[in-house]
Parts: sequence; structure tokens; C-alpha cells
Amino acid sequence: MKQEVLTEAMEGDRSIVYQRKFEKVNEIINRLGKSRSALIPILQEVQEEYRYLPEEILTYIAMAMGLAPASVFGVATFYAQFSLEPKGKYVIKICDGTACHVRGSDPVKEAIKKRVNLTGNKKTTEDLRYTVETVSCLGACGLAPVVMINDQIYGQMTPEAINVILDQLEKGEAEDE
Amino acid sequence: MEQKNTVLIDNQVVELNGEKNILELTRKIGIELPTFCYHSELSLYGACRMCVVEIEGRGIMASCSTPPTPGMKILTNSPRVQRVRRTVLELLLANHERECTTCDRNGSCKLQELANRFGVKKIRFGERDIKLPLDQSSPSIVRDPNKCILCGDCVRMCSEVQGIGALDFTGRGSKATVAPAFNKQLSEVECVNCGQCSAVCPTGALVVKDETDKAWAAINNPEKMVVVQVAPAVRVALGEEFGLPAGEIVTGKVVSALKRLGFDKVFDTCITADLTVIEETNEFISRLQQGEKLPQFTSCCPAWVKFAEHNEAEFLKNLSSCRSPQQMFGSLIKKHWAADLGKKPEDIIVVSIMPCTAKKFEASLPHFSTDGVQDVDLVLTTQELARMIREAGLVFEQLDIESFDTPFGFTSGAGVLFGATGGVAEAVLRAAHEFVTGEPIDQINFEEVRGFKHLKEAKVEIAGQEIKVAVVHGLGNAKALLNKIKEGKADYHIIEVMACPGGCIGGAGQPISPSMETKKKRAKGIYNADKLSQLRKSQDNPVVTKFYDQWLEKPNSEQAHEALHTAYANRGRIIGEDIQLLTSKQPDKVDIAVCVGTCCYLKGSYDTLKKFMTQADEAKVREKINLHATFCLEGCEQSPSIKVNNEIINGVTPDQAETVFKEKILTKLKED
Repeated sequence: MKQEVLTEAMEGDRSIVYQRKFEKVNEIINRLGKSRSALIPILQEVQEEYRYLPEEILTYIAMAMGLAPASVFGVATFYAQFSLEPKGKYVIKICDGTACHVRGSDPVKEAIKKRVNLTGNKKTTEDLRYTVETVSCLGACGLAPVVMINDQIYGQMTPEAINVILDQLEKGEAEDE
Repeated sequence: MEQKNTVLIDNQVVELNGEKNILELTRKIGIELPTFCYHSELSLYGACRMCVVEIEGRGIMASCSTPPTPGMKILTNSPRVQRVRRTVLELLLANHERECTTCDRNGSCKLQELANRFGVKKIRFGERDIKLPLDQSSPSIVRDPNKCILCGDCVRMCSEVQGIGALDFTGRGSKATVAPAFNKQLSEVECVNCGQCSAVCPTGALVVKDETDKAWAAINNPEKMVVVQVAPAVRVALGEEFGLPAGEIVTGKVVSALKRLGFDKVFDTCITADLTVIEETNEFISRLQQGEKLPQFTSCCPAWVKFAEHNEAEFLKNLSSCRSPQQMFGSLIKKHWAADLGKKPEDIIVVSIMPCTAKKFEASLPHFSTDGVQDVDLVLTTQELARMIREAGLVFEQLDIESFDTPFGFTSGAGVLFGATGGVAEAVLRAAHEFVTGEPIDQINFEEVRGFKHLKEAKVEIAGQEIKVAVVHGLGNAKALLNKIKEGKADYHIIEVMACPGGCIGGAGQPISPSMETKKKRAKGIYNADKLSQLRKSQDNPVVTKFYDQWLEKPNSEQAHEALHTAYANRGRIIGEDIQLLTSKQPDKVDIAVCVGTCCYLKGSYDTLKKFMTQADEAKVREKINLHATFCLEGCEQSPSIKVNNEIINGVTPDQAETVFKEKILTKLKED
């Protein structure tokens, strides 16, 4: 019984979040305008809200801007910065540019994937906590190999070091709660 | 002083005359540079790189997107050009599924033709390792992304000429494809089945759905009587498939071929085109007299009808309620002719030969049926008929000519005109004056509505009133005209719309030929066929008069409405998920969908939605409500629409949101 009540309360919270995000989408469209050139900034801001671009929101944007949904989808799939899949709370980018690669980015990636329990081509964990992806260059070659977690850069990574960082991340999160 | 307004092409002096690009210039001097993505009616894209030339001092350039400047020295077939061209072809072929023998476009494929022309014998690169799924969802078009070479012709055709944009590029680099939004199937998006994408596709990536097997099965079924109807535009284009010039009228041979293929009766769609003229003109006159639902739009083109159902909700009432000639034919056969023969609708199979891919979709619509049997069972395009003739080994040029069977065999010239843009308008003009005044009109030919101008206009005086007629072809042109009407900048009484450039003669089911010249020749054929007709006006067709006497009583009668008319409904543009805002788990919840589709959104449905959310908070009923934004409730004319449980409520403007919430939603919660 207690379980049931809890779920309902959580549903309520989720509704508030959905509602707030959708209001934000409308605010973004109104603020940036409906010209074609506003599409990319709109998609960027909307992605900030949802952490990805949900299909129904893209349809909504297309409709509101008077564009064909196929064109909006085309733009959203062209740029690597946009994601049509939900991303984790922590987006971990492992640089695999030349410098990072030769200095051992691969073992770092494997260590992260093992720790968060990701196998094969999957990029995001089931619980939507972590997304792990490789990028071509983060522009910090002097610190190679480099890992970026959300907006934070971590240089000279090793499998051991990244584990310590993830330990701290999880510890910090537990304290917040 | 030597340098005048000339360039040097392959050491030949060529004068410049305002050509926009080098490609145009080379074509003028009889050099045919290869292209995939260059079409004069579409914007410049410069993607395929087949038209490369070598320009002194500048190197290898794409001729389609390089303007000529005086003094340029251009080589079109230098060793470097040859090498680059072959490599480009090789790369395109490496990315293309080369199952040529089983491809629908075997023999009419531009890629195949150019590979042959430039002697590409070996591909040095590996094949693509991922096979993408076929899209066979559309009744008209099959999309095979494995054969796509990313020239973008279909993308530009759909958005620039047709004003739709159902297809676009997705992804990037090696993963790029051309696909509908969200990689959905064609049948799930706003595609109107006009097939113009397949008409410009240089490969087999977009092809007309082949249903010849079904036709053979029907012919070989001894229990069924198989009747076939032939659309006007087919008779001026089929010959092209067998080496005859475009526009040559081959009606007699078409009839003969169909009989030899084994069809029991061969009839002419033009006769129901005549019937359409009579019904549509009478409908127009009654609207004119009552001064309502004007302008009246023609409704013969199923791609235009679907376009209007998706995008032009406010004009749906303006569409003529007449079914297209194809559907009138099917309906008369299944409802009346069958009964006269003592047969049931299911005993007869109606096959159509059409220039059109959208007709396949139209025939499949559930409301075009009699006692649960489709009125038209199968639609074949001109291309498919040619395939059947070839399969049967009939030598087209040696075929005798034969005439159509009775009773659906005698047509007026006006009925034939339906094949070209402006034809329906002209046929109606030949009738309207007579219907109003009782006096036949002297004028037969209405040159103003002929030809290939994007928008054609004519004015006719009927009983002292000036009737303004507009004709558009290409849905992009239709969209532009509708916008002008909405802004109050244009005003007509009757508007003919055909989806394909040139009208039905330019349909996507016709023999593949992207050139405008071919279409013009076909149109000439149509006007010649009209000239050769004994009778020029639909109302003079004695067989049509007999149909009224026998089956339909009089124009626009109850019987005529039952058999020849239809109704239209809004269609959502995309089948997709709703945006969930409030989710309730309670069993007695109220489900509210607020439409945010184009019409509703423009009338402020987002504000309605927002007010609902505020109201839900104020009344403290958030957890009892399922609230979602949806993309079409198909009530566009009375937008904004909402749906409460299963009841659709229209006209819920932001001002009324509060009242509606209290009266329609809160009361429901209290009831429960």
C-alpha cells in the first residue's frame, strides 16, 4: 500500500516536470522566433530542457514553426550535438582523438563501461544515470587522455583515476540526497 | 581586344547569352554532360559531381553550379575530367545495391545508363555492409534506401514543386539517408502519393508499386469478369515505351493490346469524365446561385484531395463533392451495370490504367465501395501496362487498332481534356454557359487555360455575371494560390488543381521522362484528340444522357449523389505520439487531449492547454486528469479542438477554456 502511494506521488512530480518543460518549449519558440534560422538555437535550448529531443516535441516544433517535420528531423540528425535518444544524468565523453588515443583512451573507456555496466553498442544505462560516448577531440590534447563529465574536464586519465572520480561523483550525489 | 563575350569550350568559341551555368552552355552546343541532380525545374544542388569540367586556372568544377565568365577555357572531356567522372561513378556505384536484373528500373535507370556510357567495368571499393529495410507501406510508391545515391532530386521535388517536404535528408556522412520524418513509413506521414519523387529518381530507390501480378491473376481467374478503364493521359504516352514519339495518340492500339491481354471489356474513363463535368458544373451553378462555398475546387486529382485533407482544412468544404472519373466509373460498374447484367459486385473486377500513382491510393479508400466490395479493384500505371504488353510479347507497332466496348466507350472531346492541366476547367467552361442560359456557347477552345504557366486565369461571362477561373498544376503552386486567397489577394469562382506539373500527362505513372518537352508533346496529343472528336462538349454525349435516364435520374439527384459523390475529412499530417503533460493512474480519471496541430495551434490552442493546467491546479484535480497535447483531432475547420474522454469538443478558444473546463471536465469528475 505504501509503495502505491509513493508511486502516485512520483507520478505527480513527473507531471509537474513535463508541464514545466513543455511551457519552456513554448517560451523558447516565442523568444527565438519562427524563422528557419532560429531552428538550431531552438533545438539546442530544447535539448537543454529534456536532455534529448523527443520525437513528439520535434513534431511540435515543426508544426509551430511551419516547417516540414522531415526537415526538422533532418537537422536534428545531422548534428552530433543533438540526440534523439534520452541521455543519462551524467554524460561522459571520452576523447578518442589522436593524442588521447595513443596515450591510452581505450582502457579508460573500457573501465568506465565496465563500472557503469554498459555492454556492446549501448551508450546509456537502463536507469538513465550514465551516457558514455567517444568524441573526436575535446581540444585539450596537452592533458591527454581526456574525459569530460557533463561540463567538467578531467585530464591525464587512467582506469584507476576515472574510478576515483566516479566514486566521488556518486558519493557527492548520495550526500545531496 | 580578342576577349569579347565568349568562352572556349573544347577549343570551340562559344558566345555567352546570359546562360546561368556552364552546363546550359554545353547543352547548347550539343555536348550532353552527364547529370543526376540537375533538373531545370528544381533548384541547383551540385551534389552528384557528374557534370564536372576542367577550367583552365581553376581546375575541376561542377558545370551546373559554375556560371560562365568571358574568356574561360573549358574542357569537357579531358583525361582528368574522364578520370574524375569515372571515379565519381564508381563511388556512387559502391554505395548502391547493384541488383540490376531484379530492379524495377532495369533499363530505365540513369545510373545504369551512365555506368554503361562511361565504361565503368569494375568497382574497386567494397559493398555497403548494412542493408536498410524497404518501405512498402505506401499503396503507390516503394522506397528502397539501399539504391539511393543521395542526389536529393526527390527531396527538392517534394518540397519545392509540391510544397510538401515529406522526404528529407537524415543523418550525416556515410550514414546519411533520404527518409520521411523520424524514419517513419511513407504511409504514416503527409505524403500525398503523387509519385513525383519516383519520376525524378535516377535509380530504383523510389519506384511505382508494381501490381501487374494481381492483374494477371485477375485475367486468369475464370470466375470473374474483368473490365478495364483507360484514363485520357495514357493514350498519348504509352507509345513512348515502344519507341513512338511522345504525344502520338495510340488509343486504338491500347484497346487492342488490352483485349489481347485478356480483359473482357475495355472501356474509356473519358466517359465518366464527361459525367464529372455535368455533375461538377451543376454543383458549381447551384453554389454560384446560392453564393456559398466558392471558389469551388476540382476534386479529380486524388493527390490534391489528400493534400487538402492534410493541410487545407478551411477549404475542404470548397472541394467539389464529385468523385474522380476513375471512381465514378467503378461505382457505376459495381452499382448499376453489374446489376443490369444480373451480376453481383464481387463477380466483376474493375482494373484502371492510369497515368497516376495516387489513383492506387484513391481506389483503396474504404468508402469507395459497393456492398463491401471496392469499386475499383486494381490500378495499374501506364508503366505497368507497358510491362504487361512486353511480357505477353505483343509487338506494339504491329497491333491493329480497335475501338472501346459499349456502353462505356463513347466520349466527347471535353472528356479527353482531363488529361492535361486546364482540361477540367475548359470542359466545365464548355458546359456552364449552356446549363445556366440554355443556350450553347459559341466558344469551344479556351486558350487561356491551356499551356504550362504555373497559374492560368480566364474570365467568362455567364448570364451577365463574370466568372473567374484559375488553373494551377503542381501542389506548390496550389499552396501559393491558396495563401493568396487566404490573404484576400486573389478571388475566383472555380479553381482547377492538378498535383503533377502539366496535369495527368505528367503523372508519375507515365513512362519515365523528366523533360518538360515530352510533357508539352503529350499535352498537344490531348488537344489533338479533342479536336478529332465528333462531339466536343460533355453534355452532348448521348451515352451520358442514357446513364441519367437508366440509372441516375438527373444531375445532382439522390441517385447521382449516391453513386457519384463523396465527402472529405481532415487528416493529421503525421502519425505520432502525443506530448504527455499530466498522467493519472486513478481509475476514474478524465482523459483530455488538446489538439496542437497547425489549425488549432494558430488559433491559440497552446493557451487553451495552459489554461487547463492552471484550472487543474486551482480545482486541485491534477492527479485525476490525463492531459496530453495531440497533433490532429481532425476537426480542423472548427478548431481549436479538444477531446474529453471520447467526446470531441470544437471551438475551444483560450477565452472559452475556463468555461469548458468547468462545464465539461469538472462535472465529469464530480459525476464519477
